[in-house]
Amino acid sequence: MTSEMSQEKAVRLLPLGDTAWTVEFGDRIDPALHARVIGLLDALETARGRGECGAVVDVVPTYRSLTVHYDPQRGDGEALGRTLVALAQSAGAVRREGRRWCIPVCFDDDLAPDLNDLAATKGLTRAAVIEKMTSTCFEVYMIGFMPGFPYMGGLPAELEMPRLASPRKAVPARSVAVAGSMCAVYPWESPGGWRLLGRTPMPMFSAADETAPALLASGDRVMWRAIDRAEFDAMEAAAQRGEIARDSLLVQEGRP
Amino acid sequence: MNGLVEVVNAGIANSLQDLGRIGFRHMGIAVSGCLDPWLARCANALVGNDADCACIEIRAAGPSLAVLSGPLRFALAGEATATRVSAEGDETEVLPWQSVTLDAGDELQVGFQPGGTAYLAVSGGFATLLQLGSRSTYLRAEIGSAISFGLQIPCDVASGPERAAAPWSAGSGLVRVMLGPQDDHFTPAALEDFLAGEYRVTPQSDRMGLRLEGKALVHRSPAAADIVSDGVTPGVIQVPANGQPIILLADCQTVGGYPKIATVISADLPRLAQLRPGEAIRFAAVDAAQAAAARAELAARWQAWVGDLG
Repeated sequence: MTSEMSQEKAVRLLPLGDTAWTVEFGDRIDPALHARVIGLLDALETARGRGECGAVVDVVPTYRSLTVHYDPQRGDGEALGRTLVALAQSAGAVRREGRRWCIPVCFDDDLAPDLNDLAATKGLTRAAVIEKMTSTCFEVYMIGFMPGFPYMGGLPAELEMPRLASPRKAVPARSVAVAGSMCAVYPWESPGGWRLLGRTPMPMFSAADETAPALLASGDRVMWRAIDRAEFDAMEAAAQRGEIARDSLLVQEGRP
Repeated sequence: MNGLVEVVNAGIANSLQDLGRIGFRHMGIAVSGCLDPWLARCANALVGNDADCACIEIRAAGPSLAVLSGPLRFALAGEATATRVSAEGDETEVLPWQSVTLDAGDELQVGFQPGGTAYLAVSGGFATLLQLGSRSTYLRAEIGSAISFGLQIPCDVASGPERAAAPWSAGSGLVRVMLGPQDDHFTPAALEDFLAGEYRVTPQSDRMGLRLEGKALVHRSPAAADIVSDGVTPGVIQVPANGQPIILLADCQTVGGYPKIATVISADLPRLAQLRPGEAIRFAAVDAAQAAAARAELAARWQAWVGDLG
C-alpha cells in the first residue's frame, strides 16, 4: 500500500484505486483534526485556482480526512499524491468561518418520536432537552450519506445516546436527529437509526439550485430555534411553494 | 432538437445515464452515470453521438418508446434485442451492434435483459433536463428524469449513415484491485483469503453496490470493523463486521463507515456492470503502474473498435 508518514505532522496518503486519494490526519472525530482537513482543503483550492492539480474532479472533506477524486486521463495520480502530502504538511489548521444559520425546528411529540424517551433516559425534562438543543451552536463537519445530509458536532454530553438498536425503515424528511455526539437532519425520507428530536420546515436540499443545492456546507454553524406547530405548518407550506429565501435564516454571512 | 420520443412502457429498472454528475460529491451527491461507460459509448458511437450523450441503461425489462417526431436513429449495445413495430403493425427484430432508423409512428420495444447491463442510444442523445451538469438519474435525491409512462424526451432526427460494429467487451478474468485504503484493518490471513477466494454476486445488488458472498474476511479486531466515516468512490470494496464484501458502484454514497480492503481499478470497474446474481469473481492485486497500463490498454482497444466502426 502506498502510504507516507511524516514524523512532525502525521499524514497518511491512502489510495482509493487509481482515481482517488484520501489524505488522512487521524482516526477520530476531533475539531483539531478537522481544522487540518479544512487547512488542506483551502490549500488545494488555492492551488487549483492557480491552475495546478488539473486532474482533480471532486474534493470531499470528512471529520478527519480529505478525499480527492481525480481523472487519471487528465494528470498523473502519483504526482498528485505527492503534491497532496506536501500541501497537507505545509498547510496550517484552519477554523473556517462558515456561515451562521438559525434554523426553525418544531419539537412537537409527533414530529419528535424519540424526544420523551431520550429525556427520560437522561433524567431530564422535555423542556430541558429542548433548551439544550436550542442553546447549542452546532458545527457542520461534512455533508454526506445522502445529498445535503449535514454531520454536525457539538451535541452536549448530557444528550449523548447511541443509535437505535433497530433502525427505522422510514425516517420522515427534515427530521432533526442525534446519535452519539452528533446532530443531523435527514433531507429525504430514508431508513435511519438516529434519534428523532424534532423537524424543521426548511428543505435541506434543492436540485433546482444549481450553485448550492445543499443548504449547509462544511464549516457552517447552526443554531436551532424552537417554533410552535402553527409556525411550523405555515413555514412548511411556504417552503414547499419556494417562498422562504434561504438568506432569511442566515445570521451571519461567511464563506460556504 | 427536432426529434421526440414518448415512453409507452417504462419497463423495469431502466434509467437515463450519461458520464455522471461530477463536482458535487462534497454535497453528498452521488456521481451516478453509466455503470459501463464504454458500452454506453459504443451505443452512442453507433448513432453518431458524442460520448457524453445520455443513454437509457437497461438492467431488466427494457422500455418501449414511440417515435412522435422522426426519423430517429437508435442503437443497442450489450445483449439486449428489441422489436420495431411500424405504424401499420409490422414487426421486425432489432439486433444490438447496429443502428436502425425509425419513422414517426413506429415503436421500439426493447426486450428483457437477463441480468447485466445494456444501453440504448438515440440520435442526439436523450435530451432530458440537465441537472447539476448531468442527465443521470439519481432518484434518491429526486435528481434527473425517471423513465415513466408518458414521459416525452427530445432528441435529434437521424443524420449520417446507419452503422454496425463487432460487439465490445470490457474484458474478463480476474478483477484487478489496488489494496487499501484500509487493508491494515484486516488480518494477513483475511488479505490472503480475499485474493485467493471466490466471491459470488448475491441478488441484493443494485446500482449502489454489488453484495458478494464468500469466505468471511476477518478484521484485525472487532473495533477494526468500524471507522470514522471517510470518502468512498465507485469500486471500493467495503467489508462490514459480517466479513462479506460489498463493491460500491455508481450510485454509491459519498462517505462510508466500513473499512475498505481494496478498490477495483478504473479499467475493470465497467466489467462489474455485467455481473449477474450467482456469478463468481476472483480478485488480483496490482499496483498503480499496472492500473495505468490497464487504462492505456483499454483506451487502445477502444480506438481500434471505433476505427472498425462500419
